[in-house]
Amino acid sequence: SLSASESFPMSQLFVKVDEVGAEALGRLLVVYPWTQRFFEHFGDLSSADAVLGNAKVKAHGKKVLDSFSNGVQHLDDLKGTFAELSELHCDKLHVDPENFRLLGNVLVIVLARHFGKEFTPELQAEFQKVVAGVASALAHRYH
Amino acid sequence: MVHFTTEEKAAVASLWAKVNVEVVGGESLARLLIVYPWTQRFFDSFGNLCSESAIMGNPKVKAHGRKVLNSFGNAIKHMDDLKGTFADLSELHCDKLHVDPENFRLLGNMILIVLATHFSKEFTPQMQAAWQKLTNAVANALAHKYH
Repeated sequence: SLSASESFPMSQLFVKVDEVGAEALGRLLVVYPWTQRFFEHFGDLSSADAVLGNAKVKAHGKKVLDSFSNGVQHLDDLKGTFAELSELHCDKLHVDPENFRLLGNVLVIVLARHFGKEFTPELQAEFQKVVAGVASALAHRYH
Repeated sequence: MVHFTTEEKAAVASLWAKVNVEVVGGESLARLLIVYPWTQRFFDSFGNLCSESAIMGNPKVKAHGRKVLNSFGNAIKHMDDLKGTFADLSELHCDKLHVDPENFRLLGNMILIVLATHFSKEFTPQMQAAWQKLTNAVANALAHKYH
């Protein structure tokens, strides 16, 4: 499990950067193009620029990151926190849980890009534990 | 066989030209050892790995990181035949070093993260996609001769 002291620097990370969620989702769709299949109703995803500029991608990215931030507030019970979202992603959205791990990796890269040297190996290690925990929690209700 | 487009090859080469192999290689290996501590088992002979600062400052980690990244530089010259290029290294990592191939993917991810920290402007989504494809392909090539 993850401790409160580990979450403190991470919440600082989210406060500083406005568009982390939008950029992370956009990059997921560009780097792993098959993920676009879940967002066909988002309109123009025909190029990297189109994806990153797409208003629906930005809005959904923000929604995903808000949910992630909520997870960071409840590190001692990620499975409980993400139980309903897990059922939704399995039963309604039919998303392969591997994609949660991919989005977690992309999120780490976006933070690395924005924070440069401040994204120390120690901070990276804490953050990777959290993204792994969230990905597991989202996969937990799959059947 | 992985096919890289002209644009992907150009993107990879343009960023590679700016990379300080010792800095990026050393930091990538150090981050692997810090974020995934079990990987330290392959480097028992490297001396002090007992803290993040010890690992980041360890001269053997830096030297080996440079060696690993130089091998990536070789990959970039032979992007159309990665399996051939890495055949000997693949056998070495399987037969002598006994490294789980999953660790190649983890190290590839560390390289991307270090590139992102150093090159925030240049590391566009397209650049990330090209480098992700390269690190995945190198990881596969290194796993190819495993048996």
